[in-house]
Amino acid sequence: MKLKTALLGAACAFALAPAAFAERGTDGEVKLTFPQAVSILNPYLSNGTKDVYAASMIIEPLAGFDTSGVVIAKLVTEVPSVANGGISEDLTTITWKLIPGLKWSDGSAFTAGDVVFTYEYCTHPEGGCASLSKFDGIKTVEAVDDATVKVTFTAPKPNPFNAFVGSQSPIIQKAQFAACIGAAAPTCTAQNFGPIGTGPFRVTGFTVDDTVSMDANPEYRDPAKPAFATAMIKGGGDAVGSARAVMETGEFDYAWNTQIAPEVQAGMTAAGKGAFVVAFGTLVERIEINLTDPSADLAEGERSTAKHPHPILSNFDVRKALSMAIDRQTLVDVGYGAGGAATCNMIPAPALFTSDNTGCIAQNMAGAKALLDGAGWKDSDGDGIRDKDGKKLSILYQTTVNPIRQDFQALIKSWWTELGAEVELKAIDPGVFFGGDAGSPDTFQKFYADVEMYANNFDGTDPEVYLAGYTCNKAPSPDNQWQGENINRFCDPAYDAMLVELSATRDDAKRGEIAKKMNDMLTKDSMTIIPLVHRGTLSAHSNALGGVAINAWDSELWNVADWFRVK
Amino acid sequence: MLTYTLRRLLLAIPTLLVISLVIFLLVDFAPGSPMSQIPLTVPPEVRLKIIAAMGADQPVFLRYFLWLRQFFWVEPLYAIDHLLGTSLAGDAQRIVSWQSRSPVFSIIAERIPQTLTVIGTAYLIGVLIALPIGIYSAYRQYSWFDQLGTFIAMIGFSVPTFFTGVLLIIIFSVGLGWFPTFYNTTLQITDWASFKQQVLQMALPVTVLALFNAAEISRYTRSAMLDNLTQDYVRTARAKGMSERVVVLRHVLRNSLIPVVTVIALGVPSIFGGAIITEQVFKVNGIGAALISAINSSDLPMVQTLTFIFAILIVLFNLIADILYGILDPRVRYD
Repeated sequence: MKLKTALLGAACAFALAPAAFAERGTDGEVKLTFPQAVSILNPYLSNGTKDVYAASMIIEPLAGFDTSGVVIAKLVTEVPSVANGGISEDLTTITWKLIPGLKWSDGSAFTAGDVVFTYEYCTHPEGGCASLSKFDGIKTVEAVDDATVKVTFTAPKPNPFNAFVGSQSPIIQKAQFAACIGAAAPTCTAQNFGPIGTGPFRVTGFTVDDTVSMDANPEYRDPAKPAFATAMIKGGGDAVGSARAVMETGEFDYAWNTQIAPEVQAGMTAAGKGAFVVAFGTLVERIEINLTDPSADLAEGERSTAKHPHPILSNFDVRKALSMAIDRQTLVDVGYGAGGAATCNMIPAPALFTSDNTGCIAQNMAGAKALLDGAGWKDSDGDGIRDKDGKKLSILYQTTVNPIRQDFQALIKSWWTELGAEVELKAIDPGVFFGGDAGSPDTFQKFYADVEMYANNFDGTDPEVYLAGYTCNKAPSPDNQWQGENINRFCDPAYDAMLVELSATRDDAKRGEIAKKMNDMLTKDSMTIIPLVHRGTLSAHSNALGGVAINAWDSELWNVADWFRVK
Repeated sequence: MLTYTLRRLLLAIPTLLVISLVIFLLVDFAPGSPMSQIPLTVPPEVRLKIIAAMGADQPVFLRYFLWLRQFFWVEPLYAIDHLLGTSLAGDAQRIVSWQSRSPVFSIIAERIPQTLTVIGTAYLIGVLIALPIGIYSAYRQYSWFDQLGTFIAMIGFSVPTFFTGVLLIIIFSVGLGWFPTFYNTTLQITDWASFKQQVLQMALPVTVLALFNAAEISRYTRSAMLDNLTQDYVRTARAKGMSERVVVLRHVLRNSLIPVVTVIALGVPSIFGGAIITEQVFKVNGIGAALISAINSSDLPMVQTLTFIFAILIVLFNLIADILYGILDPRVRYD
């Protein structure tokens, strides 16, 4: 009897030993800092990246994306596919099977009813839900039983991984948010600041635009995780200060979005306390060409509209020459360092959709000059500026107020001046430029300039919605209060036809082919968009923090449950 | 004096109403829109819905009257409810920040403690340093002490806080590792260890701000003292055989304090206003940081409410300064 007890005890000790290495809450506190402080923990009311990332530690979607953009199961047993029967043959339904026995952090059961509620919450017409477009094309979301959710689309959906997938559409608890639907959504301060979730952490304290305090979720589905007992996100300050707190003083473990000058990055890395990590998503800094005439001589309402083609930039050779004169690698070195890469594509990733278009990377000033000469743009009056038919090659180049963008403007101006163009620079407050106010002349949609520079990207891994922004009917104009994504006023029936083809195509490889062709139509074939730099998000983590796997396709904190203290 | 105070207070009402309208129109007509905070990946029609849900698409005067009602009627009711546990306000709409969807007054309540602790301490220390420096500098005009005082005051006044702040961080936090660079607002003082932590995290921002405040006030004190030291009554006092201590600290200082007290009183509203730059550098996240982040994201209700509260404080402290003037100087009579 005694021997048996002793053996049992020894067996237990062995069985428990591995667990002792990875046990919940053994690693103390993990401290994160965001240069922009967290304002709210409900991504449906914010969509600011800072808020979405912070919330991703607390509330989770059914499925997420891994570092290569592949869909992974989070709250479901497996990722639905046609093969496993989760997606119907005709691509009109997707069925999610929830993990049995899953619990919210308050101990109540997580059911299909919560998923259906999340859909109703976001699609309520008065709610002002920021992730509404994630639920586009959905006819119904129904709970087949407590552990099964069936989503039915109005039409076949080749890419059904929008709703409930990724950190922008997490599941919220019905019991908590039931009274917060529609117009009441913003008034539910307590709920929006302390959502109950299924994620590795739960909120213990929240001060607006300052600090989020969290502790390990006792109901988290993996009993060994998270390794940290508590977590906090402190916001505020600037990117340099955040990076310094991780890389030099060691006060914090992780700093998100530490976009700082390349030489400062090098200096901080030399201190040896941490490392910068970069995730390349789909963000591309680009110059957009206005194909319509922004001249102030035109009547208001006709300026920058399809009625008047651009006098200079309607010419393909001019657009191409402007692109050839740019040395993209220099721009990367000056502005982004490790956080950027030269690109010629508007879809820089994922690989399936990325065209092999690299012809623009090497600067070709001589070629650009020859191209303009050939097209008849010559300096006929000796003032150093090329002209043709009495029109000077004069360009108004606008962007937002931002130190890196002003550096880019200065460099590109010097190259274009060398090319023989007259360049006038303009920098606009980002609040105005991106503000979309139809009454302001300085919005990027109104585009009262010849070219403008900013960065744009698309959500998730599929570019269809992004490419759909460049059809003829998406051009901003007075008729639609200057709303619309096609700010170039690009209009090519062949492009519109390809978009229809893309949305009808189900085969991934074929979709890739079409998307690449459409990318090329906008970039190298028409030079409507001049891509410059593929931008990554640069973050910093301390050497004492393990398990960081930076992710461009989902929240950067997607695997925070796996983070641990390096001892 | 009482009638004067009452008259001034009554006069303050139309003044503040006009100020509130001017601020509202200025903030509203300023370029920028909350829409600029929504990522470009959100389609235009969804953006319009978000703006409509915020109420930002309503006409400007409607929003102004709504704000007036919320500020002067709904918010005081909520304050009374909060203090007395009543429910007078019911579920009336409070002033809500567009950025966080949280009532503006709860954000202010969250932030007032750290602003008052850091900026208030810095102001107090600044005044305590400035007065002796100003007095002694004037008494020993052109001595090495005066020269040194002038030099430090010039530095404190002309070097911007974003420079001194970062400089101190690089020397004392990065180099020596003595002080934290982030202010932890969630720190609870429960024992000596947490008190020490609080002192350490306050040290750098308080130093930066105290230097700035001391520079200004010490110059005012010095020049006020100099004005008085040459007056006839000082000679009379000395001729009567009073000690230098009594002459300087009782006769001269008391008379010199009149303009200085005014300056100090008028500086008090700026404590509540926070120090935008210093708060940002040390991540104190007080009122100043709230204002700047609200301006950056075009969070109009927040900007409007904060600036209006500053306006109230400035009007109020102007009145207090005037009253103090009358108390300190019996020659000044308002009736």
